[in-house]
Amino acid sequence: MFSKSASGIRRANGGQMSVLVNLVKHNSYADSVALMRLSDKISGSPGIQEAAIMIGTPSNKEILATANLLGGDGESAGPGDIILAVRAVDKKTADSVIAGWESELNKKSQGLSATEMWRPKTIRGAFEQQSDASMAIISVPGPFAIAEARKALMRNLNVLIFSDNVAIEEERAIKEEAKARDLIVMGPDCGTAIIQGKMLGFANTVPSGKIGIVGASGTGIQEVSCLLAHMGHGISHAIGVGGRDLTEQVGGISTLSAIDLLEKDPRTDHIIIISKPPSERVCSKILAKIEKSSKTFTVCFLGAPLLELSSNASQATTLELAARQAANQEIKPINPVSKNTGAAKRILGLYAGGTLAAEAQIILIDHGFSVTSNAPVPGALPIGSGNLQHTIIDLGADEYTQGRPHPMIEPSVRSAPFLEACDDPTVGAILCDIVIGNGAHANPAGLLISLLSDLDHPPIFISVTGTNQDPQGRDSQMKLLESAGCTVASSNAEAARMAISSIRPA
Amino acid sequence: MEEIGKVIDQANEQALGVLLSGEPVLVDVVLAADVIDVLREKIILHAGPPIEWNKMCGPMRGAICGITVFEEWASNLNEAAKLACQGSLEFAPNHQFGCVGPMTGMTTASQPLLVVENQHYGNRAYCTINEGLGKVMRFGGNDQTVLERLNWIKNELAPLLGQALRRAGGIKLKPLIARGLTMGDEMHQRNVACSSLLLRELAPHMAVVAPETETLARAYSFIASNDQFFLNVAMAAGKALTDPAYGIKGSSMVTAMSRNGTDFGIRLSSTGDRWFTAPVEMPQGLYFPGYSESDANPDMGDSAIVETIGLGGLAMGAAPAVAGFVGAGAASQAGQYTKNMAEITLGENKSWTIPAMDYLGVPTGIDIRRVVEANTSPTINTGIAHKEPGIGQVGAGIAKAPMACFQKALRAFAEQMGVK
Repeated sequence: MFSKSASGIRRANGGQMSVLVNLVKHNSYADSVALMRLSDKISGSPGIQEAAIMIGTPSNKEILATANLLGGDGESAGPGDIILAVRAVDKKTADSVIAGWESELNKKSQGLSATEMWRPKTIRGAFEQQSDASMAIISVPGPFAIAEARKALMRNLNVLIFSDNVAIEEERAIKEEAKARDLIVMGPDCGTAIIQGKMLGFANTVPSGKIGIVGASGTGIQEVSCLLAHMGHGISHAIGVGGRDLTEQVGGISTLSAIDLLEKDPRTDHIIIISKPPSERVCSKILAKIEKSSKTFTVCFLGAPLLELSSNASQATTLELAARQAANQEIKPINPVSKNTGAAKRILGLYAGGTLAAEAQIILIDHGFSVTSNAPVPGALPIGSGNLQHTIIDLGADEYTQGRPHPMIEPSVRSAPFLEACDDPTVGAILCDIVIGNGAHANPAGLLISLLSDLDHPPIFISVTGTNQDPQGRDSQMKLLESAGCTVASSNAEAARMAISSIRPA
Repeated sequence: MEEIGKVIDQANEQALGVLLSGEPVLVDVVLAADVIDVLREKIILHAGPPIEWNKMCGPMRGAICGITVFEEWASNLNEAAKLACQGSLEFAPNHQFGCVGPMTGMTTASQPLLVVENQHYGNRAYCTINEGLGKVMRFGGNDQTVLERLNWIKNELAPLLGQALRRAGGIKLKPLIARGLTMGDEMHQRNVACSSLLLRELAPHMAVVAPETETLARAYSFIASNDQFFLNVAMAAGKALTDPAYGIKGSSMVTAMSRNGTDFGIRLSSTGDRWFTAPVEMPQGLYFPGYSESDANPDMGDSAIVETIGLGGLAMGAAPAVAGFVGAGAASQAGQYTKNMAEITLGENKSWTIPAMDYLGVPTGIDIRRVVEANTSPTINTGIAHKEPGIGQVGAGIAKAPMACFQKALRAFAEQMGVK
């Protein structure tokens, strides 16, 4: 059942001793999210340099190899095996991690044996178990997602595709198929949706209400639905459509279907649309659809130029404005922040949420700042263009998530750049987000402040996307951050404005 | 594409209908040479897909030698082996001639065969009489005690059973198997209920036709001491039910699964006699004291015909303890095996239900498309033979039909359907 190997001792980067241990559990399987959570539980423990548990698929092994985590028996593991890999300062530390994992894995299987429900392996099997279902959620490797989605559509199911890595032509084809059957495909790469109060993927516990959201962005939906909740407004449905829906190639098929669905929904009075700027042709289709609608709209195409909208719609340039316009509330002027460095320093943003990073860039640009980013919005520049520019980094971008869970699940990817920023004399303010809720890390604020214990650092401006009804609790996350000396804003946009006012010469 | 899908669905519905509408009746016991023309020649029918002597596993060779001596084509085992090496013996699969046989599955001219007639379609299928446990020919046993038992079966038991069956006017197997399922049999590893039910039905007729009380007592005690007596009857029933399902154009339903100890082979309704084979896998299981996995022969026998008709591993939910053969398989999880099998089959058999699963019908009609799609191959409950000839059964467990058989079959099927 088990085979174990230590692949010898070597010196890691810092000249520190390091030993790699791979344990392979043959003919084993566990859910990848469960394994990622197990990995995360021990990351940051003393003496552990790197650690992961993964199914031995070729792509996972490549990931492990890249992480210097693959050695000995792990190399011969196959897709039916689980690899437990640890690089630690000594063998004893590594072995104790492995032993801990094993007892976790065993504990789980024992716990389930008495109550384990049968889980169908196919959509057909699942559908036969619950033939009154109206939606299928698909989370399989990208190349297989469309075939599965098609099977769901044939059974008259709406589809949420969590998977990414789907070819854009296939995305268009499956969305057209759905449309012909009067169904909707949410995604691919749809991380967030709330349908009739049911949270799908990463989502927050928000009250139900009269505002519908159609979003091509997961964190965008999360931020807006939470800001609405703070202002006492609830949502009817939040429909994710996938990040590419409004591109020329896909043509906004799902966004248009989602608007139709909300149009027919008597509980929905107002509709917010969140996306990156759509292609021109798609934009005019959406605006034409809005014009014909009996409902009112807030259109938030982050980074888009001023749009000509019909009288039932208004444009919001940020997520915060989208929420406030939908709730009919003004933005309160912020209090000037006391900490003022005086000298010309830059803002560095380190974001888990991609759309929150985009919103921060837009606010900086609106304040006349030049911004660089690894995911630049219109008006921002790629990283490395020019000196001493304000920089906003999306840590959820591919280059940071290769071989790791998304920072919303495991925020530790932020630790290294965060510590660097604290040391960097050119950084005058650090801008961060904390995203909580269903699917997110159990205590992201705690993880962040654990880095600050005895450290001189520039002022930190931060917001918590979430509600007090979320398992992590927004207030308690905010208190943790405040206790560590962070400035906690009520929204991401406000955090950005506070950061700006802190570095502007008085 | 959608058109082809409809054609296949219709063909499969028809094929499943054939399986479900069959009426297997155990009608007689006859001499093989009297009913299978080819057996008038010096030919040995064996389990599984076609195989040559030099590729046969130990138990298969042992059985070949033993049956050659039994048929008096050689005077001893060494001579028999020599004949086989020289190519003087001819081999063919049971399945080609309406027969099935457990493990090595030896079928030759002088053996008595159980006859199961599918009274809905009029076809007949044959299987030898189960020899009992321990050192027996089906596990490659070939010494004097094995041959003596075969002779007794041929000369005393078979005529008695044949007469009794004819007097009874046959015994309907569909209701008998249905009852056995409710009593904890799955008809592959567990046949204790059906063996008893069969004996109960036969006993009065045997008593009337037996030439003397001693003969009757020997027959009763032989059947009563063999929990697997019914296995061969169930296998013949499986063959009788599946044979009419061949030749349905466009059907992707499996009509045979079988192993010769070296290769695993499957056949499809629409591809007829063609075998799709892959190297057979090792069963996972528990061993009799003194034996271990290192003694085990790979999976063997035509007995997977019972899985082909929805019994055995597919009906695991009826026989929870069998699940305990595998890893940490808790008895409470047995139904999960059956539910998994429901994902690769075309429908359920409402004539054969499992009480503990709220009278779910056994999943029936394995569809190669679904096997490949769900990456779930049929579970086969099986005995485990020693890899050396002459030693016999060393354990029991669960085997998987190799996925490669289904992938090969699917490619050929797709080609036949004009899908590229």
